[in-house]
Amino acid sequence: MQRIGVFVCHCGTNIAATVDVKAVAEELKNEPGVVFTADYQYMCSEAGQNLIQDTIRNERLTGVVVCSCSPRMHEATFRKAAAKAGLNSYMVEVANIREQCSWIHKDKVSGTEKAIILARAAIAKVQLNAPLTPGQTPVTKRALVIGGGIAGIQCALDIADAGYEVDIVEKKSTIGGKMTQIDKTFPTLDCASCILTPKMVEVAQNEKIHIYSYSEVEAVTGFVGNFDVKIRKKARYVDETKCTGCGECTTKCPMKKIPNEFNMGFDNRSAIYIPFAQAVPKVATIDPDHCNMLKNGKCGVCAKICTANAIDYKQQDQIIEEKYGAIVAATGYNHIDVSKYDEFAYNQSKDVVTSLEFERLMNAAGPTGGHLKRPSDGRDPKTIVFVQCVGSREAPPCAKGGKEYCSKICCMYTAKHAILVKDHYPDTNVYVFYIDVRTPGKLFDEFYRRAVEQYGVHYIKGMVGKVAPQGDGTLMVQASDLIANDQLHIKADMVVLAAAIEPDKSARHLATMLTASMDTNDFFTEAHAKLRPVESPTAGVFLAGVAQGPKDIPETVVQAGAAASKVIGLLSKDQLTGNPCVANPDELMCNGCSSCEKVCPYGAITYADKEFRQPDRTVAIRRVAQVNPAVCQGCGACTVACPSGAMDLKGFTNKQIMAEVDAICR
Amino acid sequence: MIYSYYPGCTLKNKAADLDMYARQSAAALGFELREIEEWQCCGGVYPMAKDEIATKLSSVRNLNDAKMHGQSLVTLCSACHNVIKQVNNDMRTNEDIRTRANNYLKLDEPYNGETEVLHYLEVLRDVIGFDAVKEKVTNPLKGKKIAAYYGCLLLRPGSVLKMDDPENPSIMEDLIKAMGATPVVYPMRNECCGGYLSLEDKPAVAKRRETIVNSAKDFGCDCIITACPLCMYNLKKNESGVPVYYFTELLADALGLKAASEETA
Repeated sequence: MQRIGVFVCHCGTNIAATVDVKAVAEELKNEPGVVFTADYQYMCSEAGQNLIQDTIRNERLTGVVVCSCSPRMHEATFRKAAAKAGLNSYMVEVANIREQCSWIHKDKVSGTEKAIILARAAIAKVQLNAPLTPGQTPVTKRALVIGGGIAGIQCALDIADAGYEVDIVEKKSTIGGKMTQIDKTFPTLDCASCILTPKMVEVAQNEKIHIYSYSEVEAVTGFVGNFDVKIRKKARYVDETKCTGCGECTTKCPMKKIPNEFNMGFDNRSAIYIPFAQAVPKVATIDPDHCNMLKNGKCGVCAKICTANAIDYKQQDQIIEEKYGAIVAATGYNHIDVSKYDEFAYNQSKDVVTSLEFERLMNAAGPTGGHLKRPSDGRDPKTIVFVQCVGSREAPPCAKGGKEYCSKICCMYTAKHAILVKDHYPDTNVYVFYIDVRTPGKLFDEFYRRAVEQYGVHYIKGMVGKVAPQGDGTLMVQASDLIANDQLHIKADMVVLAAAIEPDKSARHLATMLTASMDTNDFFTEAHAKLRPVESPTAGVFLAGVAQGPKDIPETVVQAGAAASKVIGLLSKDQLTGNPCVANPDELMCNGCSSCEKVCPYGAITYADKEFRQPDRTVAIRRVAQVNPAVCQGCGACTVACPSGAMDLKGFTNKQIMAEVDAICR
Repeated sequence: MIYSYYPGCTLKNKAADLDMYARQSAAALGFELREIEEWQCCGGVYPMAKDEIATKLSSVRNLNDAKMHGQSLVTLCSACHNVIKQVNNDMRTNEDIRTRANNYLKLDEPYNGETEVLHYLEVLRDVIGFDAVKEKVTNPLKGKKIAAYYGCLLLRPGSVLKMDDPENPSIMEDLIKAMGATPVVYPMRNECCGGYLSLEDKPAVAKRRETIVNSAKDFGCDCIITACPLCMYNLKKNESGVPVYYFTELLADALGLKAASEETA
């Protein structure tokens, strides 16, 4: 018979206002095995923990039940306290009388009754608890960062700085991400390239960091501390080790009419290309969809002129297998396709552009050399209308591909665009249509106010209803001014759409491989919205950048650093303590049917042939299930699937669960 | 192919042309329009009040008549089309309206939105096919630059009418191509003509009319076509003198029916 102590927490008034905690403690004295009960204002406080520890020693307790908040909140706290007093951690159970009782009931009588029932269930379970000892697994001291934008770059640099090896997997041919396309950064207006490209070089030169560019993650197996990852290094038809990045091939390639993605299609590139001068690695890549040699075997100009002999038309995709202790998802974002928003005439007029396209038109390294010209006719725009929240903050069903959330960065970059236009071309009329201007951030509101007060940008609260291309090449912008209650018709030369941002399409597939959870918008979810913002609920997977939610560059860098520190914390351990609550097959009952293997989401179950003595003293060889305790996450799917009842979960055995149910139904 | 046909009040007097040329063209293209017996006015405007029921009943009667004949219901006037299609959607999806309408009407069997409502243009596009229309064209309107005017009711609300993209439609442009003419795409083609404001605020309608017609003219049109009698009324007497036709009139012309009918007349 166990000697059980029951501790009932008031949680201030959180519990005590709806549950008569003293009555609960009094009533539970009568439960079998209970030798001690007490109530206390804050069980999680130091004094509360001391009370538990003292009682364990004085009353020689073999089991503890704490009636308090959710075990997600403080189970670990109470288990640690019990362990300090010499009791096995797994002899502690938490009855959740806050989230599942006091917070959802109003009536004290029924609240008290339910608290007693929940405590009884926990007591019944502790009766059957057995001490458990967690196993240890070694940690591979190498990290994988998926995505080579500013988030991935910062994260990799920080991890490498602590002395650990890091690999960056980037699907494009260069690292740098969206920030490479941006002209200036808010609110300081320093040049994005000037602060980013040195970091890219730092990554390339850091001997702890390896870049897999033009590569994608193909498969992920394993678990925290021991991930096995397959990386597909796509054929770029250029030997990276030989190419010097001289760019001679790109000038001689006869296929020159391919829309240049880097400049948002405003100019063309050749079939063999280096995206931009500061690319890292600065290696040419052949676009197989447009290369004549790869398509029909006719050409070969680049191979002929390459002095480094780097061109290899026969190159194949390569699969690289590597082990990692931790993985960071930094897969970034794209803006939504605005072509369904026909009211803004994006498809009808070249002079209606997205904000990212506008960045290229303003960028000194862009297609116009930094001179703002109308894409249609190259004239100087005299009136520019910016439309904010295109596809953001939309009411469901969001049929045009819009989003319910605020994309967060658009207010600030639109203010930046407006200031830059007014700064370079002071006689330009600039209008910004907004729903709300949201500028929380250091020096952000000051920046926005500068746009309005110093530069005279016309900020108008209201939405644009229609952009109508006119016969004379201008755009008639029809909009409402909600403050003046007026209908406006503005003859504009250019319209810039601040399109909503969404997670990169590759993120969902990656989340499936990582068994990391996502929200309905395909942003990775964090383990705790407030207290564990850079960790995925899947152990060993960390989050950085817009993959987790819309954020600007400073925030992304902060989060990348935080993710790096979590990775470093993990990699600094030699051994990881596992969770002892894992599946445990009874080999005598197992008939090797494979039902458990099929439902296991972690691949923790394998089969082995074992010898068994039969009743007639002969020996038979049977196939039975084996659980790898380091891989098993204790989800319990196999215990339900097993037709012969051979599978059990340590700490949550079928007997324990039934005892809890019995106690509740008593 | 026989369709139930709901002409609507205006097509019996002011917009008789719209109706006449539609019937002639239909015959030439191989489909028949059976006018519903004892039809009533559609109500003119789809009632926005959530609990309004009386003004929807006549539409349900018309829809039920088509159902009893096992035919799809074809409409022509934009306003009738809008009202009948929206009421039909209510009967299909809104249990409250369905129950109350059936309680009022006491039909032999309850009407639950079974009838398919098609605009004449939808029949041309989806059943006959613009390619087939093109083959039947004997008098191609070569060199004519035609601006299609949609107005607001023909395509909206897009989620219910499901006829074309309300912001960037193509159905009438495709018809214009089939008739051998050149479509003129201009931004004001789906803006409101002013509608019934012509009864009490003529200057407001005049302003809209000129904006629309000037936009079409700026993009180089010779004439404008519409499917709606009210749009026709509001746009017709424009200051630029751009002619406005019902699309059925030009269709009949392209099919060689207009000349024939004028000769006989």
